[in-house]
Amino acid sequence: MTTYALQTRNLVKKFGGFVATNDVSLNVEAGARHALIGPNGAGKTTLINLLTGFLEPTSGDVILNGEPVTHLAQHQRVKRGLARTFQINRLFADLTVLESVTMAVNERIGIGARFWRPIGAYAEAVDEAAQLLATLRLLDLAHEKTRNLAYGKQRLIEIALALAMKPRVLLLDEPAAGVPTSESRELFETIAALPRDVTILLIEHDMDLVFRFADQISVLVSGALLTGGTPDEIAVNPKVKEVYLGEAISV
Amino acid sequence: MQATLALDLAPIARADRWRPAELAFWLIPVAAYFIFPENLVLLTQIAITALFCLSLDLILGYAGIVSLGHAAFFGLGAYAAGLLAAHGYGDPLIGLAVAAVVTAVLGYVTSFLVLRGADLTRLMVTLGVSMMLYEIANKLTDITGGVDGLQGMEVLPVLGQFEFDLYGKTAYWYAVAVLFVLFWVARKLVHSPFGLSLKGIRLNVGRMPALGAPVNGRLSTVYTIGAAYAGIAGALLAQTTQFVALDVLAFNRSAELLLILVLGGSGSLYGALLGTIVFMSAHHLLSDLNPQYWQFWLGALLVVIVLFARDGVMGGLRGVQRRLDAAFGRTK
Ligand SMILES: Nc1ncnc2c1ncn2[C@@H]1O[C@H](COP(=O)(O)OP(=O)(O)OP(=O)(O)O)[C@@H](O)[C@H]1O
Ligand SMILES: [Mg+2]
Repeated sequence: MTTYALQTRNLVKKFGGFVATNDVSLNVEAGARHALIGPNGAGKTTLINLLTGFLEPTSGDVILNGEPVTHLAQHQRVKRGLARTFQINRLFADLTVLESVTMAVNERIGIGARFWRPIGAYAEAVDEAAQLLATLRLLDLAHEKTRNLAYGKQRLIEIALALAMKPRVLLLDEPAAGVPTSESRELFETIAALPRDVTILLIEHDMDLVFRFADQISVLVSGALLTGGTPDEIAVNPKVKEVYLGEAISV
Repeated sequence: MQATLALDLAPIARADRWRPAELAFWLIPVAAYFIFPENLVLLTQIAITALFCLSLDLILGYAGIVSLGHAAFFGLGAYAAGLLAAHGYGDPLIGLAVAAVVTAVLGYVTSFLVLRGADLTRLMVTLGVSMMLYEIANKLTDITGGVDGLQGMEVLPVLGQFEFDLYGKTAYWYAVAVLFVLFWVARKLVHSPFGLSLKGIRLNVGRMPALGAPVNGRLSTVYTIGAAYAGIAGALLAQTTQFVALDVLAFNRSAELLLILVLGGSGSLYGALLGTIVFMSAHHLLSDLNPQYWQFWLGALLVVIVLFARDGVMGGLRGVQRRLDAAFGRTK
């Protein structure tokens, strides 16, 4: 029997009269490398926002590791192993890279509310953050303020923050957007090198990357799931071809 | 562990060490005592306002919660300590403790109202709460004395040893000691993981829940702490002047406090202290020099400082330090 890391049932999100998510029932298998594709404005980010609790659905359910989490707050879902990155960086401009990631590690290991001893007294958190920066080749920027980094580097911090959650399910919203091509390759190697038991749901416009990376693909159009399947199935699916026909696939 | 070896962790691991400039700063209250022995009343007021401002810095400078009604806590603390002393419970430290608890409770309860909205809502809610308290104190003349103020306080010696004297020496050292201890605690707080998470919330409140941080819990905690600090400041004022005037709760006090913090530079603790020293000294000097137009000059001074020194006095000092470092070829 397949186990699902993440599911939605008849998920609907309306912004006023506009239906951004239309009756989506998505199944993401545990350990999958699952890609979510679709044209601009299809509702991919909205779906991620519903999965993480950033937005409340109009109706329907979100199920994480078999348990409904529809009404759990974002931070409670994070505690259950669900982490994400944002399509547009949401970082801490005035913190250094190491401070930012240490803060994230602090929250994960549950010491974020300790108020008496200094940050440096929790060496295990600082060490882990430094370790993570090393993996992402950010170590030489550790003491730089986030605001002083190039966008591509900031993008890596966005990912470092999510990885600091040690997620069981990781949602990546166009992680390579704004990263120079030379670096995006490395970025994807890092993502591909994550432990296999981490489930990944990836939004990405670059079809080469998607087909190389994913073992499952879901296609979202106008808020609704058009179809889903293996990369081979999607590649020959006439409906998918139709959607993408004539549309310059943006990167 | 190779990675950590390659990186010097000192900037984060020892971020909380006391710098020489800080030690020098704390010589100011000692020096002031000997240089201005005639002005101990003013100096005591400065110490108390500095503590009050510190409490606003915790909630605004660190956590980003704007408030136009912080005097609610100051005033409540003043009345709490004042009423205790007027009813035969004159031990000053017990007075501070009770004021802290009472204002913390009010802070905790109102934090849920304050946190419901965004900045504008917060301004209005904090303002509203302080206006309500003002009116309550104004109406309950039997208890508070209303506009005549609360009288008949009998404050016992500090620690049973140091009696409050006519020159205000005890009052001054008492206020400075309380300020220092609470500053030391606040300093620990802002360098802790909790303090870091507050900065995170101020810098990007939308990201923190995605890192698993319970944002509202953290904010209501710091709001409660800030309220208690303000309450203690109010209690100090009541005890050192043996009187509580209705204007401890006045809007003016909240607004002026915000001004002082912006003037000093928020989010550094020392900005709150320096801002208070500069503001109250300028206030004192200008009103002496020019009794009629001092507010005009004070206003002008504020505009100049806020426009030309980003982040207020602290920002200006940091600029000077950068230039000195550059001139002497030091790197930070
Ligand atoms: N908060 C909101 N209020 C109103 N409309 C919204 C809101 N968020 C998204 N939308 C609309 O919902 C639709 C889907 O947006 P969404 O950002 O989910 O698309 P997307 O698939 O991620 O697109 P892209 O590939 O450009 O990132 C868009 O038409 C957008 O304008
Ligand atoms: Mg999107």
